[in-house]
Amino acid sequence: MTERASLEALSRRIRSKVVEMSHKAKTPHLGSALSCVDILVAAYWEALRIDPKRPCDPDRDRLVFSKGHAMTALYAVLAHRGFFPVEALDTYAEPGDRLTEHSAPGCVPGLEAATGSLGHGLPLGVGMALGGRIQGRSHRVCVVMSDGECDEGSVWEAALLAGAQRLERLAAVVDYNKWQATGRSNETMALAPLREKWQAFGWSAREVDGHDLGALAGVLTRVPDGTGKPVAVVAHTVKGKGVSFMEDDNDWHYRIPSKGECEAALKELERGPSGGTAR
Amino acid sequence: MRNAFAAEVTRLAAELPQLVLLSGDIGNRLFDEYKARFGPRFLNCGVAEADMIGVAAGMAMCGLRPVVYTIASFLATRAFEQIRVDLCYHRLPVVLVGVGGGFAYASLGATHHSTEEVGCLRLLPNMTVVCPGDPTEVRLALAAALRREDPVYIRIGKKGEPSVHAGEPAFSIGKGIVVREGAQVCLVSTGAMLPAAVAAAEALSLRGVSAQVVSMHTVKPLDHGLLAGVFSRCRVVATVEEHSLLGGLGAAVAEWLADRSLDVGGTAEPGARLVRFGAADEFFNVAGSQEDARAHFGLTPRHIAERVLKAMGSLRNK
Repeated sequence: MTERASLEALSRRIRSKVVEMSHKAKTPHLGSALSCVDILVAAYWEALRIDPKRPCDPDRDRLVFSKGHAMTALYAVLAHRGFFPVEALDTYAEPGDRLTEHSAPGCVPGLEAATGSLGHGLPLGVGMALGGRIQGRSHRVCVVMSDGECDEGSVWEAALLAGAQRLERLAAVVDYNKWQATGRSNETMALAPLREKWQAFGWSAREVDGHDLGALAGVLTRVPDGTGKPVAVVAHTVKGKGVSFMEDDNDWHYRIPSKGECEAALKELERGPSGGTAR
Repeated sequence: MRNAFAAEVTRLAAELPQLVLLSGDIGNRLFDEYKARFGPRFLNCGVAEADMIGVAAGMAMCGLRPVVYTIASFLATRAFEQIRVDLCYHRLPVVLVGVGGGFAYASLGATHHSTEEVGCLRLLPNMTVVCPGDPTEVRLALAAALRREDPVYIRIGKKGEPSVHAGEPAFSIGKGIVVREGAQVCLVSTGAMLPAAVAAAEALSLRGVSAQVVSMHTVKPLDHGLLAGVFSRCRVVATVEEHSLLGGLGAAVAEWLADRSLDVGGTAEPGARLVRFGAADEFFNVAGSQEDARAHFGLTPRHIAERVLKAMGSLRNK
């Protein structure tokens, strides 16, 4: 198995875990979690300079997971990456457990910030990038956001400041699955053209297939990218990616998979690519 | 107060290499010396308060000690949710400094009045709320806040507030300072009302009433020990603040009073009657100075003294 193929298999394993967690704990936002798994796998296995044994190393790269509603994806990724035992996922969202639906500060090693309210991650990331500059450190900061989150004014406040400050060690990845909670993101707000918006705010912006691990690893590794600007990655994704009957169906923003649906989803994910493509 | 703040933050920046100063596009020329000496540790965050709080949180997560400075009315209420989630939930050592607290900017109109923010911020877990009473307390509060490991809000006035303390009083967050001794009445003041409270106590003494004045600079956590003492000793305890009667110091004291009898087994009934001075639940939406706004809400030394005397009289008649 090539390295890439093994990462693709890992992505499928993480998706399976995310489906199981949603089913077992009866928690929503499954479609949102499935859509960003490849972004996280590319970041944590290819791009970020991190050591799961030293989660507080001041020189580590930071990933701020701003779309906190999809936290099952980050929990599963951090566990599989070795920040904490995978078995800790088994009690996710059970009463008294540290793993809440939207994360709490410091609940697991590797979690940089608690999120859940949208529009918080990018300002935090800007602060971390400025903090690195002031302290003379060379760490990089990657903020993963949802497209619906880009409705929030604080995202664009932070984008303006990052552009002015030319924070070249900062990357913002938008998981652009074209859906928000109750409608099409481009119909709810005029997000499109999204890449051009980031460019207009002083960022170096590019579009990638958000399920192409090689393409994602490429752009996320090339931060800074030589332009002297912060890097925006508009990652075209499919909500519910990996499970045919969930793909691009926004019911799965809130729906919780039944036992039968969970089994069917796991069977598909074991089999391999479902054929859904990012638009 | 703001000049005292600018001088002290500059002094502290020399001591504390982690200190960074963030401004919401205000303080033109105020920080010239700071910027000349510590330029890389100054950031104008623009007119973007929500982002500024998040940026401060991100810096604190990297080990820096941000001091965030902007107009009080735009800081707490505009960026409230960022303060709640980014600063309080994560319990980060970020100092927020709101300039123009209360009616300091009365003439600018009610958009610039800040008479709700103490109540808002007092609600938040992990948040400490400090309203220094004079320029000396501003300096001491800032230095004390930077020794803590959790978020602190410091409300200051504008410029030209008189000094109340002759020297440097012992200052500790959460401990009120007795500014003037007195036996029958205690005026518990917070923030820039302190000089008015002292003047009210002097007016009371001319009427034969002995009034103590306390600078209750910390509204949260409240100095329960000091309050227990004055409520058992005095006949009237009056809270004095340039803030809505909803949610501020007077409300905090009333809450403490209501819960206290249970805490001590129902035996220790408070001796003193509580009288609260503050702004009514309305916007001050006519042109006027800070003094005009205070007069409108009964916050002048004369108003305070008269109402305290009335409260004492009604007690006598019982």
